[in-house]
Amino acid sequence: MAVTVKVMRRPEPGRSSYLRAALRGMGLTFKHLVNPNKITLEYPEEQPDLSPRWRGTHRMEVHADGRPKCVACGLCPTVCPANCIRLVGGEDDQGNRYPIVYEVDEFRCIFCGMCQEVCPVEAIHVGVHFENAEYTRSRFVYDLDRLMDQQHPTTRLWDPSDRKSE
Amino acid sequence: MNGLSPGVFLISSSLKVVAAFTVLMVAVAYATFAERRLSAWIQDRMGPNRVGPFGLLQPIADGIKNVLKEETLPGSASKLFFVLGPMLSVTPALVTFAVIPFAAPLPTPWGTIPMIVADVPVGILYVLALSSLSVYGLVLGGWASNNKYAFLGGLRASAQMVSYEVALGLSLVAILMLAGSVTLTEVVFRQQHLQLWFVFPLSLAFVLFVISAFAETNRLPFDMPEAESELITGYHTEYSSMKFSMFFIAEYAHLITASALMATLFLGGWDIPFWSGDDAFYWNGQWIMGFDTAGAPVLANPAWWKTLLTLAAFALKTGFFVLVFIWVRWTLPRFRYDQVMQLGWKVMLPAALAYLMLIGGTILVLDEIGLAFGPAYGLALTAVSLVATGIFVFWLDRGRIIGGASRAAGRAPAPRSPDSRPAGGARLSAASGAGSLTP
Repeated sequence: MAVTVKVMRRPEPGRSSYLRAALRGMGLTFKHLVNPNKITLEYPEEQPDLSPRWRGTHRMEVHADGRPKCVACGLCPTVCPANCIRLVGGEDDQGNRYPIVYEVDEFRCIFCGMCQEVCPVEAIHVGVHFENAEYTRSRFVYDLDRLMDQQHPTTRLWDPSDRKSE
Repeated sequence: MNGLSPGVFLISSSLKVVAAFTVLMVAVAYATFAERRLSAWIQDRMGPNRVGPFGLLQPIADGIKNVLKEETLPGSASKLFFVLGPMLSVTPALVTFAVIPFAAPLPTPWGTIPMIVADVPVGILYVLALSSLSVYGLVLGGWASNNKYAFLGGLRASAQMVSYEVALGLSLVAILMLAGSVTLTEVVFRQQHLQLWFVFPLSLAFVLFVISAFAETNRLPFDMPEAESELITGYHTEYSSMKFSMFFIAEYAHLITASALMATLFLGGWDIPFWSGDDAFYWNGQWIMGFDTAGAPVLANPAWWKTLLTLAAFALKTGFFVLVFIWVRWTLPRFRYDQVMQLGWKVMLPAALAYLMLIGGTILVLDEIGLAFGPAYGLALTAVSLVATGIFVFWLDRGRIIGGASRAAGRAPAPRSPDSRPAGGARLSAASGAGSLTP
């Protein structure tokens, strides 16, 4: 790509008129003063328009009978670059693997979304959500029940054939 | 005492003091609110709108916050002066308001009470004295903080005050010559009498006064003592909690007082335009409206609704100037220090002096001709002043007084033409030749 340099046309020093420039500036600020279109988002009433690919706090998908979809394969704690997922797997009478402990430390998490990408059964997801305030630090380690209770929408993964996620 | 008995005078004066102080403090609180809202709107934001309807309770929340904040005292600060600074700064700003008449006199069963806290015979001189006193607060605060930025802020405050006090005082002299008195009530009455606000016959004085008032109140583009980007926050860098708040109250009280003063001196004070029914002035033991053609006084008939209307007019005029102050602050960038000094000493001072000579001469000529003090007198002065203002603006504009850095340093920008290229090349070769000669 060719480098383009934008040359600003400024009056030479000492050749500009302060008064006229000041009055023009006053006019400009007045125009903005009466401009009804403010850019402030009145947050609690108005919600920001988040991208469907926004990566926020996690959510665990559940089966219709309420069991977590996770099969405790151990891929997500392995791939996690921040090492924030603790998984202890177990096996029931029919030989189905399930998580006994599944904890995500949201403080350590860097929200890369690799756990969602790597999950073979689409159980763990990052979510389109940002309101995470808590009163204690310990509340930021989300256990399995909490992950299954989360209701916010899950993140759509980036599709290489659809670069802009349209 | 304007014909009031001592008891009535005492009680009415106390009530007026309380009322004026309360209104001024509330106005200060809402000036901060107006500043925040207007600055937000100018920057396409919303501003504080959460506390109360439209954020109207925001100043109260700010006040509570400031009172509850921790008070800090720097270890190396000079304790006495550190505490004295904010006090010295806030008091003159509030006290100045005492001599500004804010409405037409109010008739009561105990006599007609003038709507001014103290009708001091030295009016404008009192204002000048107190407005220059307030700079001591900034200088003391800046010096006592034992902080280089605060100290620089204090120094700049004093230098700026000295520079612009001169132009301010000289632009006021023009008013004194036209009004023939330093009492602010009489200045208002003379404007009613002239049937023309002084902003027209003394337009250049108005321009000079407004510029000086910006400098006196330390508002942008003259906020040298504060200069956030250069001096952190200047003189109040080390202050916190209510002491910091007091500096801010002082700044906004100054802003309101300066606006009220401009309204009084140049926009007829509480006068309602195009209507002489509200005119009232205490003259030789009676309230008069003016003089008839024979020169006999016409008695005024004050009424409570006239007092209210004139109060509203005064508030409108003052509010207008407050808005202009805020508007200018959020438009213009800060001057460089040398530009401030240059404007003060090389532009304002000579302009004020020359204008003083011009207006003095014109008044002398008009009096010699025998023109009566009235509309014709005012219009003649207006014409002269308009010419003077035109010349001043042309000079300021064409003379490029507030130029860029290269001009300030005395370097004219080099002309660029194709002819200069061989010369430059020659110089380059000469320089290289000289370079080869040096061992």
